[in-house]
Amino acid sequence: MYSNAYIFRYAGLMVILVAAILSSAAMLLKPMQERNEAVDKMQSILSAAGIQNVTADNAIELFNDYVVNMVVIDENGNVSDEFKGAGKENSEAFKVNLKEQLYNKSVNRGYKLPLYVLEKDGETINIIPLRGVGLWGPVWGNIALKSDFNTVVGVTFGHKSETPGLGAEIETPKFEEQFPGKKIFSEEGDFVSIGVIKGGVENFPANVQRHNVDAISGGTITSNGVNDMLKYVLESYVPYIQKRG
Amino acid sequence: MSTVKQEREPLFSAKNRKLLTNPLNIDNPITVQVLGICSALAVTAKIKPAFVMALSVIVVTTFANLIISVMRNGIPPRIRIIVQLVVIASLVILVDQVLKAFVYDVSKQLSVFVGLIITNCIIMGRLEAFAMGNKPWPSILDGVGNGLGYGVILLIVAFVRELFGSGTIWGFHVIPEAFYEIGYKNNGFMILPPMALIIVGIIIWIQRSRNPELIEEN
Repeated sequence: MYSNAYIFRYAGLMVILVAAILSSAAMLLKPMQERNEAVDKMQSILSAAGIQNVTADNAIELFNDYVVNMVVIDENGNVSDEFKGAGKENSEAFKVNLKEQLYNKSVNRGYKLPLYVLEKDGETINIIPLRGVGLWGPVWGNIALKSDFNTVVGVTFGHKSETPGLGAEIETPKFEEQFPGKKIFSEEGDFVSIGVIKGGVENFPANVQRHNVDAISGGTITSNGVNDMLKYVLESYVPYIQKRG
Repeated sequence: MSTVKQEREPLFSAKNRKLLTNPLNIDNPITVQVLGICSALAVTAKIKPAFVMALSVIVVTTFANLIISVMRNGIPPRIRIIVQLVVIASLVILVDQVLKAFVYDVSKQLSVFVGLIITNCIIMGRLEAFAMGNKPWPSILDGVGNGLGYGVILLIVAFVRELFGSGTIWGFHVIPEAFYEIGYKNNGFMILPPMALIIVGIIIWIQRSRNPELIEEN
């Protein structure tokens, strides 16, 4: 009862109509979505530095208050871009695509990584954004270091789809509160990173306790993912840190 | 030629009310038709994502039913499934975009599950079984009813799982600290998907024992 020509016309018209509706909706909503993503990133950065009460409404304002410098660092540890003025959400450092740059690093291409310098209560805090893989999908976070680029001030983690109650525990305060005070360099000044290990950190000697935190029981692969992410990202900043002396 | 004039049916006639209320009980999409189970397992660890998921599914079933019902006389039967899928998929993409723009934190939690609404068999089941052969208004009611029926079960499961799994309701702590001090512990098993299946099973059991007409004879 329906001719083939009718079916083709019907399908063609439907597809064009649907494409028009969806692409205009995507274009209309894009600015709001991008703003949400930026705000989310700022909240995560600020909370790694231990700044409380950051809401979606005041995040941009607080971010511009606290952050004093947005730096981009290349693979040799040289500063390739700095941004100190207002509107830091538009700086090059804020827009670096971490996934892309870490991929460049993995295939031995040049890379550019961001560093956010904050000032809180007269102290300088350096924030390094992290990205790695968990069990089901990407994990990410921010690690805040003191001005010596050695002592951890705080961390925040996030994940896309880790198992609730197991791997997803990396974003709970219980896990994150283990990090402040840990060091990423040994007493001799060699880069060690921060490890996520099994067996109860308090049972280990002091030189192990200095660099490690407890893994999550039942979340081994996610814990390993966090461990690898910290090591891989932090080591990319070592040339820069050593150049600063 | 017949001159019998069909009487206009009131908007909420007994028949139409049934479309709305049946899915809540004797024709529930999850516990009776046993559709949409996978999403019921995935998003019910906490109440808030379950609520948003239920809301999104209600929106999608309602509008998909309405659109298909309006189009039903022009849809070539040979490509009807494709047409239905295109309608569902576009609605889901719209819901996803709107969530990302207006409730970002919720959309972050739901992440992949919103996309999975497309594969929720309840929606396509309703299109194929109801909207293809009924007028727009009953189709809307059927969509809302089935969305609600799905949402109610989701919320019950999420309530039990969040209360016993995390000790919270809608993110607020309700189990007093004193309980934890005398040795009460959150049940980690509640957070895992198998527990949702068990709770759905218990709901089906209770419902069938109260409603003898649901028990199959074999």
